[in-house]
Amino acid sequence: MTLDALLFQAINGLSSASGLFFIAVGLSLIFGVTRIINLAHGSLYMMGTYIAYSFATKIGGVIGFWGGILATAIIVGCIGALIEILLLRRIYRAPELFQLLATFALVLVFNDMTHWIWGSEDLLGPRAPGLAGSVELLGRRLPSYDLFLALAGPVVLLILHFTLKVTRFGRLIRAATQDREMVGALGVNQAVLFTSVFALGAALAGLGGALQVAREPATLATDLIALGDAFVVVVVGGMGSITGAYLAAVIIAEVKALCIGIGVVNFGGIAVNFSKFTLVAEFLVMAIVLIVRPYGLLGKPQGAVRSVAEPEEPIRAATPMLKLLAAVVLGLLLFLPVLAQSSPYLMILGIDVLIAVIFATSLHFIMGPGGMHSFGHAAYFGLGAYGAALLVKWLAAPMGIALAAAPLVALAGALLFGWFAVRLSGVYLAMLTLAFAQIVWAAVFQWEGFTGGSNGVIGVWPKPPFDQGWAFFLLTLALATIAVLLLRRFLFAPFGYAMRAGRDSPLRAEAIGIDVKRIHWLAFAIAGCICGVAGGLFAFAKGSISPESIHVGRSIDGLVMVLLGGIQTLTGPIVGASVFALLQDTIMRQTEYWRALLGAVILVLVLAFPSGIVGAFSNLWRRLRGPS
Amino acid sequence: MNSPPMLTVEGLSAWYGAARILYDLNFEVGRGEVVALMGRNGAGKSTTMKAVMGLIAQREGAVRFEGTDISRLRPFEIARLGLGFTPEDRRIFADLTVLENLDIGRQPPRQFPDGTPAPLWTPERLFALFPNLAEMPNRLGGRMSGGEQQMLTVARTLMGNPLLVLLDEPSEGVAPLIVEQMATTIVELKKTGLSILLSEQNIHFARLVADRVYVLEKGQIHWQGTMAQLAGNLDIQRAYLTV
Repeated sequence: MTLDALLFQAINGLSSASGLFFIAVGLSLIFGVTRIINLAHGSLYMMGTYIAYSFATKIGGVIGFWGGILATAIIVGCIGALIEILLLRRIYRAPELFQLLATFALVLVFNDMTHWIWGSEDLLGPRAPGLAGSVELLGRRLPSYDLFLALAGPVVLLILHFTLKVTRFGRLIRAATQDREMVGALGVNQAVLFTSVFALGAALAGLGGALQVAREPATLATDLIALGDAFVVVVVGGMGSITGAYLAAVIIAEVKALCIGIGVVNFGGIAVNFSKFTLVAEFLVMAIVLIVRPYGLLGKPQGAVRSVAEPEEPIRAATPMLKLLAAVVLGLLLFLPVLAQSSPYLMILGIDVLIAVIFATSLHFIMGPGGMHSFGHAAYFGLGAYGAALLVKWLAAPMGIALAAAPLVALAGALLFGWFAVRLSGVYLAMLTLAFAQIVWAAVFQWEGFTGGSNGVIGVWPKPPFDQGWAFFLLTLALATIAVLLLRRFLFAPFGYAMRAGRDSPLRAEAIGIDVKRIHWLAFAIAGCICGVAGGLFAFAKGSISPESIHVGRSIDGLVMVLLGGIQTLTGPIVGASVFALLQDTIMRQTEYWRALLGAVILVLVLAFPSGIVGAFSNLWRRLRGPS
Repeated sequence: MNSPPMLTVEGLSAWYGAARILYDLNFEVGRGEVVALMGRNGAGKSTTMKAVMGLIAQREGAVRFEGTDISRLRPFEIARLGLGFTPEDRRIFADLTVLENLDIGRQPPRQFPDGTPAPLWTPERLFALFPNLAEMPNRLGGRMSGGEQQMLTVARTLMGNPLLVLLDEPSEGVAPLIVEQMATTIVELKKTGLSILLSEQNIHFARLVADRVYVLEKGQIHWQGTMAQLAGNLDIQRAYLTV
């Protein structure tokens, strides 16, 4: 590869960098001021491309294209303001994770809304009027629109920087990023400030999406991809730093461009195709930066968020009545195969629910008592599933061995990833776990020879007698019961107390001799290991495993299950997983627009039960019994 | 006091989660008065201030400022009525310069209910009051000493042209020279007509500035009287103030 070619790729990388910057900067601004991670940010970006497409094709010409891009930014900004006023304003006092859940519900709703309005086909916009040609650069042709994009990023960065520096609005944003409560105590109406910041962030996402209209087709998959990119950029650059966001965007885009530029290289006869490493490269950059600089390149430790939410109730041991109820439920489940003789689907549903229960309780183990909000629990599910499936595929291992190997593979992964993850906390931990999950996903997706790539592994069927639905159901039930009881045992052992102490006050816990990092690391590994069981069961239940079933969506599903049930009770994740799995199975079969419906259900639940289903019931129970 | 009090607090209680911190506090601050809430660490002085300012979600009781019930208002609404708050941990915006910090606190000119204008503060006037700040208008908040930050906190609150200031432990953790300067400043502020509710552990500091005192212990008011009375009452001092 020549130097010219490298330089050309580098310039090309700058136009991608602008794209990443536009996605990320709004997310960063919004997080800085409101402390809300807007998961719907990628959706706003996606809608920007669609809206700009409509302007460019329906009105057309210079006005339709360029005017349309500006109009799109304004429209998406207004959508952002509406989100803040109608939804977020009601839940600022709710626990952080509830806010995540609410914005994720928006992702579902917006995706189906876009689907409904624009259809499922990819839509490619027209070329930019006035910039349709290309320029000669270093002997190659560079589209002039790419050159324009490469410049647009820095221009917007300068404008934003100037706004933050010299206007009162900018000063308020910077002050609120550090201590929003104090800004309120000085007489600033936070509601107005939050709405305008949200609108600004959304408008930037819309602008970014709109600018892509002449470059890439509008597709429905953009929302989560853009969100993942935005996370990486914001975390690498440092939460709340716009210059950091641009710097990170440039680094990531250049690393990707370099990977593509290098192409296939021979290492002593082994051909390595670097252009296939782009997905992994992005997340590797993030993992490295977070380990070296835990707050991102230009980030600072987050200002203390003075939470107005009530402190969490401690976990209580189950009452005799609850234990009785659990025994009754277990007894009923044992009899479920008898009922299932008339409707075989009941067994499939039962297995799905039980796998979800294992998945959610293991995630809850680190999220609730551990206080580690993992956004990448799908990684351990995937490691378990692929561990089992690949053993069957390559070594023709019997089911027992494959199922036993699943938690071990997941454990190995969790030990490795957890070692890094427990060094961080809060959002940064969430993002790092997400990055690790993406690495697992990307490795599985891109390593076609070993994992089957996007086709996955098929033919992983259970051996008799477990090929019968009822037998596999009972096996799943047994494993789920063991998993739940084991996790519960850990929580009420000194290990569990140490874990909660480390969550509530790391400093004090260390001062009484608890090695908090080590405890949390072990907890992370235990959770990963048990999650691997769910993965292994899943592979055998479906007879196959593909990258799709271990994508970020599954991690989010887990979060939704835990939050639905309520985070500070042990029954919470069980109820949450059951409700979620049942809802998904029933709603999915009812309508094409199940995402929107599921999103709407989540929104209603969030607004109606801010402490989860089980939390709401136990609060009600305590209220009925009168003040203690 | 002939005119009605600026701030009246009746039956104020507050909780952090399940823990009750304040028990039925009753006190008032008259116009132009400097009133000190005194007590040891953990007596509930700062919590009282935060509860008045609306910064504690779980609270009960009536708080009236110039006759308006502010107990259900949000902090920014309370601040806009002319109640200023300087927290004990200062909470300076570390990434903003001195001038920018002052600008965040800026509010329109204000009048007392009887129509007399409240003192109008500008950065220039504040720099005259705090000469140390005048030397560093563009210094970042995070790069200032504790005493300088303490002055900036007071100055930032004054930018809102308040009628009454809740001044939480202005003498805490700053050099003796600054403490003396702070006392002089409070006396000067009082002369402009400002009312002040001060929280303080240090009786020597309080004696320099306060007119009246409420003594707190475990979230309850145990004694009230004039500063002169407290200065002469060693029993009360020994019971609730000295360590």
